[in-house]
Amino acid sequence: MSGAIEAELRRETMATVAKPMDNYLEAYGGLRALERREPEWMRNLRDEAWELFREKGFPTTHDEDWRFTSVAALARTPFRRAAASHAAVTAEQIEAYRLTGSACRLVFVNGRFAPGISDARSLPAGLEICSLARALDCGMEGCAPTGIEQQLGGYADVRRDVFVALNTALWEDGAYLRIRRGAAIEQPVHLLYVTADGGAATMIHPRTLVIVEDASQVAVVEDYVSLGEGAAMCNSVTELVAGQDAAVSHYLVERENLASFNLSTLRVELGRGARLASHSMLLGGGLVRNNVHPVLAGEGGECLINGLFVGEGRQHLDNYMLVEHAKPNGSSRQFYNGILDEQAHGVFHGRIVVHPDAQKTDAKQTNRNLLLSDEARIDTKPQLEIHADDVKCTHGATIGQIEEEPLFYLRSRGLDEVAARKLLLYAFAAECLDRMQEAPVRRFAEALTHERLLEVARRARPAATVERQDENARNWEEVG
Amino acid sequence: MALLEIEDLHASVDGHQILKGVNLVLNAGEVHSIMGPNGSGKSTLAQVLARRESYEVTQGRVLYAGKDLLQMKPEEAACEGVFLAFQYPVEIPGIGNAYFLRSAMNAIRKYRGEDELDAMDFLPVFRERLKLLEMDDALMSRSLNEGFSGGEKKRNEILQMAMLEPRLAILDETDSGLDIDALKIVAEGVNALRSSQRAFLVITHYQRLLNYIAPDFVHVLVDGKIVRSGGPELALELEEKGYGWTEAEAQPA
Repeated sequence: MSGAIEAELRRETMATVAKPMDNYLEAYGGLRALERREPEWMRNLRDEAWELFREKGFPTTHDEDWRFTSVAALARTPFRRAAASHAAVTAEQIEAYRLTGSACRLVFVNGRFAPGISDARSLPAGLEICSLARALDCGMEGCAPTGIEQQLGGYADVRRDVFVALNTALWEDGAYLRIRRGAAIEQPVHLLYVTADGGAATMIHPRTLVIVEDASQVAVVEDYVSLGEGAAMCNSVTELVAGQDAAVSHYLVERENLASFNLSTLRVELGRGARLASHSMLLGGGLVRNNVHPVLAGEGGECLINGLFVGEGRQHLDNYMLVEHAKPNGSSRQFYNGILDEQAHGVFHGRIVVHPDAQKTDAKQTNRNLLLSDEARIDTKPQLEIHADDVKCTHGATIGQIEEEPLFYLRSRGLDEVAARKLLLYAFAAECLDRMQEAPVRRFAEALTHERLLEVARRARPAATVERQDENARNWEEVG
Repeated sequence: MALLEIEDLHASVDGHQILKGVNLVLNAGEVHSIMGPNGSGKSTLAQVLARRESYEVTQGRVLYAGKDLLQMKPEEAACEGVFLAFQYPVEIPGIGNAYFLRSAMNAIRKYRGEDELDAMDFLPVFRERLKLLEMDDALMSRSLNEGFSGGEKKRNEILQMAMLEPRLAILDETDSGLDIDALKIVAEGVNALRSSQRAFLVITHYQRLLNYIAPDFVHVLVDGKIVRSGGPELALELEEKGYGWTEAEAQPA
């Protein structure tokens, strides 16, 4: 075989390999062709992010941050932007996803704002909310929200994570919120991201920007749902900027179908004395990567990072926490509870970085897991990087199962096996639910958890069959 | 018809034969006490009757109200009116006492085709029973047995019994770990439930409890078999002489 033919064949092979990425190029081209009214700085951000994504491509399990999570199946699937016609979702179709007691609800269908089924008519004083695309469009009229140029893309780092780069290049819409200085928004804001099955594999890249000004308070619920059983990729990025003494609660509710890939990045910048409560509930999705990245950029910031993940079948639920303490006297608490059945795989990666200036930092992380089958698996990895000398950092992880004794105790009082099992699972999950302060969201979360755990309890096998699960757990790995 | 008929019951735990042919008949309205040395199989008998599935019945039969008890799951036995007050009540963080109790009552009511109780129906009865057992309301909003003292746990078992109103109540060493005041309270709780419709099987190592819950019959269980049966005087005899002589009787001739 001649060298020239060999080279040609190699080129062909490379072309075949490269082909799956063409869908992203097409999406990028399609988006540009829309000629949206966007400020130039945004277009530059997109171009820069696109180049980064093209250069780097998707991560592999050789990448330390992706060691336990393979995105090969995602990379193989030719996701495309949804055609506009798929967005004909009615209010009835999403009625079941209502969050009772919310201040307002913005609905996005396949990544695009759906004003007809949103509800933001009577807003509490101090809350500004609109679609992010519209906020930028206003900018073109010269009435741009002040500072948006510094804030949007100012925190979520396209160089750190290619999914953030991909989102920055391809986002079409999302929510823009500003809470005015000193305002306390008592009811939660509900952002509902709906992926509607359009036949082909759809991708969306929701982008959310939340500005919580000094001494103000708000709770934001990002809720991801699917209509239909089709495969979809939802790659969201939320930047949340909390000013001095602001108090903000953020909820991520992932309840998409099992054919979905959901990647989310929450990047929070906390000012002096600001408080964050981040709550994640991963109940659905086939492959989920939940990145939570707060930076305590002002002195005395406080962070609660709370999460519950429930997986069965072949669900893969990866929680990647990165808490950066940059200033003194900050405290952070991470609590994640996982319930895994069948062949589900959970990951808890808890990284804490204490910068040299962050003396008197108090950081703690706890990851507790219940493995309900021999094949369920959890990888839990604490990673402490401490560059200051006067700090307190602790971490711990546990792995358990449903014990026969409490199960028998409950059954001996008349609860059937499914009810008893569900009650025990719920008790374990309740540790996380109890940390949710906002009553309407708490009730909402409780109802979702009950529903989900009933499914798991119905499926789970008797405790006696669970053996040797220690082999399925890798933990206590000290890194850095 | 007897409420409970145990015939030649053999049972094993983790491959060890513990019960080796127990025979016992209880009628409604009667209080029977089972006494015996440690390791004689008292708790195993209690757990088998409450249908713990990891305890394997290898021989014999048990009729409860004319039905085959050994075919029942634990929840079915409970719904049919069998109640076991545990020797070691389980602590379950995250499940509220009152919530759990109402769930249990409603599971049983549902099984019997009765309407579920709402909080308004439940609370008055609950408060009254709490008072009977001299229990603090505050305990009830806490998690099931979590952080309870030994005595509080045992009282909680009797509280559950008082709420669930079983036909057959099995008390497994409810007296162990109780001081005399708590013992009296527990005994009063039990006595308040004595009725012609209900039978009690009171398992104990010591005669002390029987001063407060007067049994109609006393049985001595040694090495998996009942070796003596008699009236209340048998308990006093055991207290005086210890179990040594019963163990000698249990030796095959």
